[in-house]
Amino acid sequence: MLNPFAERKLKLNLLKSLRRGGRKIVAAPKYITCPGCKADFERSALQSVMYVCPRCGFHLQYPARERLEKLLDAGTFTEQFPNLTARDVLGFPGYPKKISEAASKTGLSEACFCASGSIGGHNAVCAAIDISFMMGSMGTAVGEKITLSAELAASSRLPLIIFSAGGGARMQEGIFSLMQMVKTSAAIRRFSDGGGLFISYITHPTTGGITASFASLGDITLAEPGALFGFAGPRVIEQTIGEKLPEGFQRSEFQLEHGFVDAIVSRAESRAALTSLLSLHT
Amino acid sequence: MKKKLTPYERVKIARDAKRPGSDDYIDALFEDFFEIHGDRAYSDDPAVICGIARFGNVPVSIAAICKGHTIEERVKRNFGMAQPDGYRKFLRCLAQAVKFHRPVITFIDTPGAYPGKSAEERGQGHAIAECLYQMSAAPIPIISIVIGEGGSGGALALAVADRLIMHENAVLSVLSPEGFASILWKDPSRVAEASDVMKLTAADLLEYKIADYVIPEPDSDASKAPELMINRTGELIRQELRELTAISAAQLLSNRYRKYRLIGALEGSVCVG
Repeated sequence: MLNPFAERKLKLNLLKSLRRGGRKIVAAPKYITCPGCKADFERSALQSVMYVCPRCGFHLQYPARERLEKLLDAGTFTEQFPNLTARDVLGFPGYPKKISEAASKTGLSEACFCASGSIGGHNAVCAAIDISFMMGSMGTAVGEKITLSAELAASSRLPLIIFSAGGGARMQEGIFSLMQMVKTSAAIRRFSDGGGLFISYITHPTTGGITASFASLGDITLAEPGALFGFAGPRVIEQTIGEKLPEGFQRSEFQLEHGFVDAIVSRAESRAALTSLLSLHT
Repeated sequence: MKKKLTPYERVKIARDAKRPGSDDYIDALFEDFFEIHGDRAYSDDPAVICGIARFGNVPVSIAAICKGHTIEERVKRNFGMAQPDGYRKFLRCLAQAVKFHRPVITFIDTPGAYPGKSAEERGQGHAIAECLYQMSAAPIPIISIVIGEGGSGGALALAVADRLIMHENAVLSVLSPEGFASILWKDPSRVAEASDVMKLTAADLLEYKIADYVIPEPDSDASKAPELMINRTGELIRQELRELTAISAAQLLSNRYRKYRLIGALEGSVCVG
């Protein structure tokens, strides 16, 4: 044995696991590693800075509920459509179990979280997609919550802000998932025809059917730094063209350069930027 | 008694190059076809055919995603995988239809939107989203016919319609069964099983009320009697057009919104008509 400590550690771990009765303990990890600079941070430390790496500025995944709680003015936050959950529309093997696992892991009922309240004194309807719930894929519940948010914004004559994310369609809901692209786009169209302001805020990663529907239909499109925003995923494109994609392909900065994003707005600036935009539309 | 085809057998028939294509339906069903070219922004995409023609004695706008039959045609049309330029050409076609009060008829046969580098650089997602956005509120009758493969968002971009018609062996799905199997099970060889669970056949979509009509295929294969297929399709377009042109534009839009609004509407959510 090269390392005598390694053997001792192995024995110690074995003893520990026996004492626990072999039970696996699952808990949210206390430390999070920044994908940008690989530094480890305590979860609570990152939470207080909106999950932006204090060392390199990398925007880590931001839980949807926390995002909207932090964004809306204190005391104005009201969750909307809290009890909507997906149905197993196709009778897909194993899907109900998958949903309940995702729900208990995230504490959310679905991948889309909606709330109304005010931002810098301006009332708005907000929705955010959380990618920790089944990759933020758009099934009927996500489509329904985005549609209901647009309809609520229309009937109460308020601006709509959607923080998009997600890998596209919810495979287990097949064609019903695909049709949510039409439903959400039609709802945004009606809202827009009524004179409503829609700010689409792109977060990492936004692809597939979400990009090809409501996320691309904002009057104003903002994006977080470094967010992937595209239709086909990078791996699919690389398979199609048989070559590697250049660094930064489909990222916010690339999309700003190509004309599909109006501004890159960091999390720290987002409240001020949204307040200013909302005040220009009153 | 005929043996019932499995969903995967239908997928293979839907992809058969011998099946009548979008171009065949346009040639046979319409007169005085004038093809428009280009999106006025970047290029002309041969995967999408757009134009104006006469159907019976009514001027209509036509748009189609087309694969082509021979290998030369298929290469030229990029195997029916449209670029953003193709979808933006369709947007031109749709805007003209609205301006001149012409019904729109679309034919769909595509494995999906082109997933390449150039397409992403020119905003494939944005182009498709814009099609859904404009079709959902275009105050003219829209009839879409899926004649073969209806692959994902790239097919949907031309299929927001008052009437969605599917040929018996046509399929419409969230992505290809191969892609589905590799994403969900990391095993693209389980394609037959994927075709089963995806519920992508015309009969499935009719049951789910996503498709409005299914046109039966002679001998369960349109390529065996293309003329009969063309006639049946023309007959149904004529009948539906008669019905749709009698409805006011406001009613048409309200019906269209409601149709899509109800897909996957959940219990407890309020539906605005």
